[in-house]
Amino acid sequence: MADEMKKPYNLKEVVATKPSRFTEGHRMCAGCGAPVVGRMILRALHEEDHAVIANATGCMEVSTFIYPYTAWTDSFIHTAFECAGATCSGAEAAYKSLKKQGKLPQNKNTKFIAFGGDGGTYDIGLQSLSGAMERGHDMTYVCYDNGAYMNTGIQRSSATPKFADTTTTPAGKVVPGKMQSRKDLTEIMVGHHLPYVAQSIAVGNFKDLYEKSEKAIYTQGPTFLNVLAPCPRGWGYPTDALMQINKLAVDTCYWPLYEVVDGVYHITYKPSKKLPIEEFLRPQKRFKHMFAQGNEWMIEEFQKEVDKRWQELLDLEEMTNRVTE
Amino acid sequence: MSDINVNTPMENLTIGGNIYTSGNARDFKTGDWRSAKPVYISENCKQCGLCFPVCPDNAIPVCKDTLQRTDFNYDYCKGCGVCAKVCPFKAIEMKEEGEE
Repeated sequence: MADEMKKPYNLKEVVATKPSRFTEGHRMCAGCGAPVVGRMILRALHEEDHAVIANATGCMEVSTFIYPYTAWTDSFIHTAFECAGATCSGAEAAYKSLKKQGKLPQNKNTKFIAFGGDGGTYDIGLQSLSGAMERGHDMTYVCYDNGAYMNTGIQRSSATPKFADTTTTPAGKVVPGKMQSRKDLTEIMVGHHLPYVAQSIAVGNFKDLYEKSEKAIYTQGPTFLNVLAPCPRGWGYPTDALMQINKLAVDTCYWPLYEVVDGVYHITYKPSKKLPIEEFLRPQKRFKHMFAQGNEWMIEEFQKEVDKRWQELLDLEEMTNRVTE
Repeated sequence: MSDINVNTPMENLTIGGNIYTSGNARDFKTGDWRSAKPVYISENCKQCGLCFPVCPDNAIPVCKDTLQRTDFNYDYCKGCGVCAKVCPFKAIEMKEEGEE
């Protein structure tokens, strides 16, 4: 692994020479953030390695695997909402056993990756994910977080940020949108004491996402990646603004980029100038009501929550690095 | 595999709905979803590499040897405009579909 890491990342080379394992012709919406991250994560696989991908129900599953078409060039298992972790860990255990029995070639390497949306990861699939991670299977779980059940029509999930307007938390005179705070899944996964947990996003030249994916996939044992994948339909922004929204998410510290290696925090991006959260909220229709007169308290509260979580992260980074020194 | 369609009788479907080909979604062209069309202006292009990884539909081909992008693959482009918005050099212009 050390040898491979020495080679500096070159975006053009990665895109041009590594075949796309997530093909075109899938039926995700125009401007969707999920295929962009999914494709880049799979590019982190070494070309000679085969992958088994399990996908929890969600946009990515139902629109990339419509019979008789598949947008995946690797083995793909279509599984139920709560099962991605269990399915992937089962496939890994079977593979390990078959290899041991000599029924599979010894010189071939297979990697196990599960994809789930925030509904299938934060909510419905949490128990099977937690179980798979605890049992220590050699697999990577990737959550592409678009902050609601977009596939079924924008219902709130536990990943939906506070005050967001969704079809089950409609903002109006009585209810200010979603009334609860967003669950911090990455921290829950850190609590499993995994060898590698990271939070990433598609931004700039994708170096952050690519390198974290490579580390996650090629770290022995269970690893977890949480990636923000904006949804133009559910968040209510123009389809072309994907990368601008991503940039604002990291520059306002709404979505901090960090990794936790064996319990040691490392924040991989600290904005030189932390932007006010309004910048991230304003372009999105789901937060429109927060800018109405008399609702300034919502923005204030949102900002406070973001600041609090960012400070906690900075503290954790300082604390865990101090202990290991 | 791709010749299976809504009129295929049940007994001719694969057992368990398994798909035996790899990446055959390429046979399904999504280009006809498009209402806006990105137009590549190659003389403005600096080959900076910002546009091709952001395409959700992998519709910006990159040459393996020169590591340079080429014209759009309109078979799959859904016209979302993400590429045009990230281009700092005005090398991608969004036009209405059908407009020349």
